[in-house]
Amino acid sequence: MSGEHAGLLGVLIAVLGGAIRVGTPFLFVSLGECLTEKSGRINLGLEGNLVMGAMSGYAISYLSGSAWLGVLAAGLAGALLGALHALLCQQRNVNDIAVGIALMLFGTGLAFFLGKAFIQPTAPRLPAIALGGWSGSPVVRAALEINVLFVIGALLAPAMGWFFRNARWGLMVRTVGESTDAALAMGLDVNRVRFFSTVAGGFLAGVGGSFLSLYYPGSWNEGLSSGQGLMAVALVIFARWNPVSCFYASLLFGGAAALGPALQSVGITWGYYLFNAAPYVLTLLIMIATSSSRRTLTGMPGAFTR
Amino acid sequence: MSGRPRYALEGVNISKRFGHLRALEGVSLRLRRGSFHALLGENGAGKSTLVKCIMGYHRPSEGQFLIDEQEQSIDNPHEAHRLGIGMVYQHFTLIPNMSVAENLVLARPCLPARIDWRAETRRLREKLDALPFQVPLDAAINSLSAGEKQKVEILKQLTLDCRILILDEPTSVLTPDEADEVLGRIKAMTRETDLSVLIITHKFREVMHYADEVTVLRKGRAAGTTTVAGTTPAALAGMMLGCDPKRMPSTRREVAVREQVLDLERLTVLDDNGEPAVRGLSLSVAGGEIVGIAGVSGNGQRELVQALCGQRDIGAGCMRVQAERFRATREEIRRHHFRCLPEEPLRNACVPGMTIAENLALREFDRAPYARCGGWLNRAAIGARAAALIERFSVSPPVPAMPIGQLSGGNVQRAVLARELSGDVSVLIVANPCFGLDFAAVAEVRERIMSARNQGAAVLLVSEDLEEILELADRLLVMAGGRLVYETTPAAADLTLIGQHMAGH
Ligand SMILES: Nc1ncnc2c1ncn2[C@@H]1O[C@H](COP(=O)(O)OP(=O)(O)OP(=O)(O)O)[C@@H](O)[C@H]1O
Ligand SMILES: [Mg+2]
Repeated sequence: MSGEHAGLLGVLIAVLGGAIRVGTPFLFVSLGECLTEKSGRINLGLEGNLVMGAMSGYAISYLSGSAWLGVLAAGLAGALLGALHALLCQQRNVNDIAVGIALMLFGTGLAFFLGKAFIQPTAPRLPAIALGGWSGSPVVRAALEINVLFVIGALLAPAMGWFFRNARWGLMVRTVGESTDAALAMGLDVNRVRFFSTVAGGFLAGVGGSFLSLYYPGSWNEGLSSGQGLMAVALVIFARWNPVSCFYASLLFGGAAALGPALQSVGITWGYYLFNAAPYVLTLLIMIATSSSRRTLTGMPGAFTR
Repeated sequence: MSGRPRYALEGVNISKRFGHLRALEGVSLRLRRGSFHALLGENGAGKSTLVKCIMGYHRPSEGQFLIDEQEQSIDNPHEAHRLGIGMVYQHFTLIPNMSVAENLVLARPCLPARIDWRAETRRLREKLDALPFQVPLDAAINSLSAGEKQKVEILKQLTLDCRILILDEPTSVLTPDEADEVLGRIKAMTRETDLSVLIITHKFREVMHYADEVTVLRKGRAAGTTTVAGTTPAALAGMMLGCDPKRMPSTRREVAVREQVLDLERLTVLDDNGEPAVRGLSLSVAGGEIVGIAGVSGNGQRELVQALCGQRDIGAGCMRVQAERFRATREEIRRHHFRCLPEEPLRNACVPGMTIAENLALREFDRAPYARCGGWLNRAAIGARAAALIERFSVSPPVPAMPIGQLSGGNVQRAVLARELSGDVSVLIVANPCFGLDFAAVAEVRERIMSARNQGAAVLLVSEDLEEILELADRLLVMAGGRLVYETTPAAADLTLIGQHMAGH
């Protein structure tokens, strides 16, 4: 095998591994956003949940010595921010977009403030499953270290799809998101359904944050997130509010983000920053390519079309 | 006989106030078991408010309800369902992005935590077999016609085994044939089963044909209950208005027609899915004539009206007004005195949260005297004009500062007509202007449309109500599949032929 071939294969495997590593936080945040939006509310503040989750996960993991306790704490921190979003939004004349932006700034600010003490110490990290044991190549082995959270997320996506179709609560969430009139006529408490959806969505986004600090990149600092929480909102639209599509979309975004580092690892260094911008360019391109001024978006919850 | 209650539902002295507004005052109503009971009244008389109180949607300020002669307090729609009351609301409450089966299952009061779709579908099929209408369970609500949607709404209540069925203007979205089918089947059910029906309608024909008893509301009070056998439409109309109705037929005057006021040339308009809804349609309307477009809903009429009113882009072709190219910009609309009364005016021609005065000023607020130099609004002038228009078009309640979304349907229509018909009118586009209006309001709206024509406006009337077109139009066109397929005049109209063309033959 020629060196060039190995290089190309290496890049592909590195991109795949990167897609999984970088895509996991996208996956959790987008599933959280998907759940929230299905109930008819947009939570733009999930970036705050993500950073808050990353900080609290790292802190609790360090203090308790258990990475899994950290993940739980991250989820709870996210759920708290979600609850705050839901409670604020159900007041009269409050706009969910504005609350989301405020909570994004609040969440990141609070995380930076509380997280100052945890920038230095090393906390226990999340374990990974080595799927690359068969290969002699260290590149392949590194790429195929799959984190348990990714597996959970990968199972969660179809489970959420099933939930929307076959579970009573799932149908309730969709009803509330499609038409408040219909929900009221059925006697559903719209605010309550939205509250629980936003809290659960916030929990997932928090868990996504813990992946950042406890696995990859695997430490807590203020530059940890590069806007994944916001990109996830675009990703949900791209995935047409379908959880399984959210999974594929997360991998795609993750892969795009991994392109720069993967090329660098095989020695292609030009355009490193250009390649790092790939996910953002991809977001724009996808949005342009998949939308049309002539057609309404399919799958969009009815609450947003009025 | 003993033990079986005579009345399925009784309301005793029901009152409901919204702030200062007395929507209902001491209304009593008795619904005999197994009867078909109609509720009549002008727009804003309080019919919907009364049935919403029965459903627990509103809490009555005073009064009690008795179900099967037992006093019950109905605090929310759930409670009403538990008592066997089901209601089809004035506006569709189906979820458009879900399937028929999902909508039907969702209506069940206690859903299991996990839904076994195979078993549910089987159960639904069994239930539907015993019910009067059939609908495709897998179809998305989006893809159904208005008539089918209404059937699903009714089936949704019937699959819940309700014993009292309340229908709020169920036929306003149906063609007369569909209405006959739906009402006939329901009437048969009241005979064969224990079902009692309370139906709100504005159509005397339906009351006389199907109802056993009728209760009339007037301005929030009960004006009386009689058996249908012992009354006439004229007597009912008198009860509704509280005086003898004077029928004012729309008077058509001979006017000199002006050619080339509105011309459409091979117009193609796309629908929300990017498919052509209007296909190469050519049409011209002269000043001083009303051209009526008849057709079954969903044949491109909505898109055509939206394109004319500037709410939708044109795919191909062109529109001309007074021989000039027309793109529905604000400037052109003003220059040509182009006016539009779209269907569902609250959604398509109003800002519901803004006041009546502000809505009445939407066409003019940016010009003198309503805007002064630098774009400052002259609120006094806007208010004064609103007060004058409200007076002239008798919008009720006459409160310029009230949000327009709180008006009853008929009054929204009046307010929008007031805005569109004030000043000169060269072109008037009207779509289904009398949907859901009571007979007095219908006569008034038609009279205003006719007088716009008599003053020389080119009127394009798009309506699903063939009678309306036959009454008003000078020329009648039939639209099917996005094209105009037939032309005639009301005088020479052959109803079977029109019906065949509407059905696309
Ligand atoms: N939620 C509300 N808040 C304030 N006022 C209301 C509300 N709902 C109805 N009203 C007022 O109560 C009165 C009765 O309204 P209602 O909707 O019961 O009339 P209706 O008889 O059903 O008329 P239509 O034939 O137009 O449907 C109207 O004046 C209306 O403006
Ligand atoms: Mg009503």
